[in-house]
Amino acid sequence: MRRIGFLASSIIAIALVVILNHPNLAPGAPALGKFFDPYNGFWQNAESTNHFKDINLNIDGLRDMVEVYFDDRMVPHIYAKNDEDLMFMQGYITAKNRLWQMEIQTQNAAGRVCEVAGDKALPVDRLNRRIGLGFGAENSKAFIEKDAASNDLVRAYCAGVNAYIKNLKPKDYPIEYKLLGYAPEEWTPIKVALLLKNMANMLSVYEFDIENTNFVSKFGEDQFRYLYPERDSFSDYIIPKGTKWAFAPDSALKAMPEAMPKGDKISDMDHDWSEESYDRIIEKPKELNGSNNWAVSGSKTKSGRPLLCNDPHLQLNLPSIWYEMHLVSPTMNVYGATLPGAPCVISGFNDSIAWGVTNGGRDVRDWFKITFKDDSHNEYLVDGKWEKIQRRIEHIKIKGSKEFLDTVMYTRYGPIVFDGSFGDVKSKQYLAMKWTAHQGSNEFKTFYLLNQGKNYDNYIEALTNYSCPTQNFVFASRSGDIAIKEQGTHPLTKMFVTDGSKSENDWNQIIPTAHNPTVKNPERGFVSSANQFPVDETYPYPVTHVGIYEDSRAIRINKLLSDTNKMDAAYMMKIQADNYNVYASLLLPTMLRLIDRSKLKGEELDALQALDKWDYNDNKDSKATVYYEEWATEFKNMLWDEMSDPSLPMRKPNSFRTAYFLKNDSTSSFYDNQQTGEKETREMIVLESFDKAMNNLKQKHGSLSQIPDWGTHKATMVHHLSPQLDAFSRMNVYCGGNASIVNATTHDHGPSWRMIVDFGDMKAYCLFPGGESGNPGSKFYDDMIDKWAKGEYYMAKFEPKEQLEKEKLFKLVASHE
Amino acid sequence: MKLISAIITVIIISAILENFLPWWIIAPVAFVVCYLFKLKWHIAFLAGFLGLFILWAGMAFLIDHANEHILSDRVSVLFFKSVKPFALVIMTGVIGGLVAGFSGMAGSLLAKK
Repeated sequence: MRRIGFLASSIIAIALVVILNHPNLAPGAPALGKFFDPYNGFWQNAESTNHFKDINLNIDGLRDMVEVYFDDRMVPHIYAKNDEDLMFMQGYITAKNRLWQMEIQTQNAAGRVCEVAGDKALPVDRLNRRIGLGFGAENSKAFIEKDAASNDLVRAYCAGVNAYIKNLKPKDYPIEYKLLGYAPEEWTPIKVALLLKNMANMLSVYEFDIENTNFVSKFGEDQFRYLYPERDSFSDYIIPKGTKWAFAPDSALKAMPEAMPKGDKISDMDHDWSEESYDRIIEKPKELNGSNNWAVSGSKTKSGRPLLCNDPHLQLNLPSIWYEMHLVSPTMNVYGATLPGAPCVISGFNDSIAWGVTNGGRDVRDWFKITFKDDSHNEYLVDGKWEKIQRRIEHIKIKGSKEFLDTVMYTRYGPIVFDGSFGDVKSKQYLAMKWTAHQGSNEFKTFYLLNQGKNYDNYIEALTNYSCPTQNFVFASRSGDIAIKEQGTHPLTKMFVTDGSKSENDWNQIIPTAHNPTVKNPERGFVSSANQFPVDETYPYPVTHVGIYEDSRAIRINKLLSDTNKMDAAYMMKIQADNYNVYASLLLPTMLRLIDRSKLKGEELDALQALDKWDYNDNKDSKATVYYEEWATEFKNMLWDEMSDPSLPMRKPNSFRTAYFLKNDSTSSFYDNQQTGEKETREMIVLESFDKAMNNLKQKHGSLSQIPDWGTHKATMVHHLSPQLDAFSRMNVYCGGNASIVNATTHDHGPSWRMIVDFGDMKAYCLFPGGESGNPGSKFYDDMIDKWAKGEYYMAKFEPKEQLEKEKLFKLVASHE
Repeated sequence: MKLISAIITVIIISAILENFLPWWIIAPVAFVVCYLFKLKWHIAFLAGFLGLFILWAGMAFLIDHANEHILSDRVSVLFFKSVKPFALVIMTGVIGGLVAGFSGMAGSLLAKK
């Protein structure tokens, strides 16, 4: 009996250990014993909320002593004696707070998510490799290496990250590693390059060549020009109308062959063009990936010195996309938002200048049709001659499965993304992609120089190094200058899929960087951008801009900046939180005029009357906003149903065009709903979309009188980067705003960093929807969200270390003995 | 008395070794302690279970208290779909307790002829 008892209890004990040490018993579950062990598991990630002590470290690789003060929001203020130590410590401190996020973002860009998530990530990994993110990152790494100073600093940053990783014990790993069961790996310069390419992939894929080609095939050139105009009559350009260009145009750049598909080309592109998968696989950028920035000259401020503001709009994520830092060395004293994993401050200020970025909606990517010699796919046609294909083999490691090999063919233009083995292309079309992000560039240098910048000349000099993604860099100096420049590498790109067998279609012409649109100290006393079209008709070069952005934010911002000459930081805060919906003010009056009220009664009529009285503000406590937003969405879907053909990807005209169209075009065939036998008119779809919208709301909330207010209905959420880890997200953040509103906060997207710099008293106000720590077990993980939702700010502690010594939470001193 | 001494011994040795060794070191610790203390098998189970329950749940409780439930709120949503920080502390204790309990029992059963 005893022997049986011994055997039984031993077996149970061993089985328990084995089971509890085994990951993935339930899908995605960690090894429970390891995970729950309070000495090594997740409990170790639970940080004390009120116990902070100073840290002294001896770190290999530092040249001198570095002091880091953490303030009451855990913002690090790094004081170093030279720039290499500064970058080293930026890497170290960032890794300490954001290691998992840094790594997963680069793994995503490198097409290595399968290593962590298994084969379900294979389509995403293949796509990111096939569009050449790794290829571009390798080119950038080689490019940075050519500049010794940049190379040293990037390496110092990586060394700092690695110094942190090296001393990590498994119990110190961020909780996501413990949950997903893997370990951090070495940080290298290629990862810094990958992060910048990851940004490029988010912000420079604004081309619709395939969609445009399809549209023209189906509806013709006239409709294309009508629905997707380059400029709208009410456009409010980034560079004020009438600004004189300070350069002599390069006349060789003027003549650009029109790329409109004509005749047989159109039929080539017609329904056989089965890129159904394209839409599904390559996620199109949202028109929401916008941003605002502006600078006001001293002539329009209370203090007599400039003010500068920036709020980039991105997916709302935890850990936050930005990491706020204060970096001090003998060459710089800079404060602002950094990108975890890359050195320097991206949007920020120092004691002399401030700058901020918004995305430029330039088209910097083209698609070339490739003609192969034969089925071996070794040679393709260019100007009557055969050129050799280069093959790049992508080794995709997959967790729990064997390696997947993907061969990508490279042409003189770039990678053939779609080739029949990828994206279930039924017809044998081979499309090569050319993209400025494939080219080597050193964006790091731009930010390094801006971080040290003293004046306007330094700013312009810094920008010459910047290539991709195109950004509108706004600028202000304490001495009184303001400026804005749309900076990036801008080839004269096509709007349609183009023929790769003719080299004349290649990017033979690139706009010189000195000729990119810019203005300094304009008469109106302010500069601003909100992703709109950059220039008026006097700009001497063709501008391929995709027009998915709308002018609503720009129009509103410019109005508010024109309204007064007594601006201060408080007024800037009001603008960043402004909820006025310019688009609604254009669309809704027409809808209200056209709707047949005799067909409505009861609750529906009440809803319509609420809209009659609405002031066009998407405020959180407004119910009318809910009616409007639902109606506008349904209306746009019904009106442009022709563009929702799943077998033929096309894009819908932007909201501004929609409002213009409804007001001015009473008879267009686009009003007809393709799903019904009946022929719908303008008035009919206004009414039908209203009915449908109200029914949607009734279905969701019971009756129209029970609908919640806009803030509750919109239910803004800040999502953890891993889709499996919803428990680490922040749900139901109550706030106003929406897309194409200055306060561009939607359900899951919005101002990812708000910054206001006042050179009057050298004070800055900033925050972001998250917190400094990437650890869900820290009180600094999401502590800024509530203030952010209310449109409130923290004052940046841009202070000397004597002051920080008094206000610090704790201090870290590192040196190498 | 023997039970209490065994529990205390399990706690102290586990707490020390956990600083260098993986979590499953608690199993051999309970096994050896119960073998040396020559406990009856059901007492040995109790010694292992209570020792590790007290150690793990106690540690978790202290950490959770200092953390004001910030992490346990989130992790409990991950495991139980609702905010139950205390359940997470208990679960921690039970996991450690079961492993050490059965190991202790096996150790005691090896000891006696």
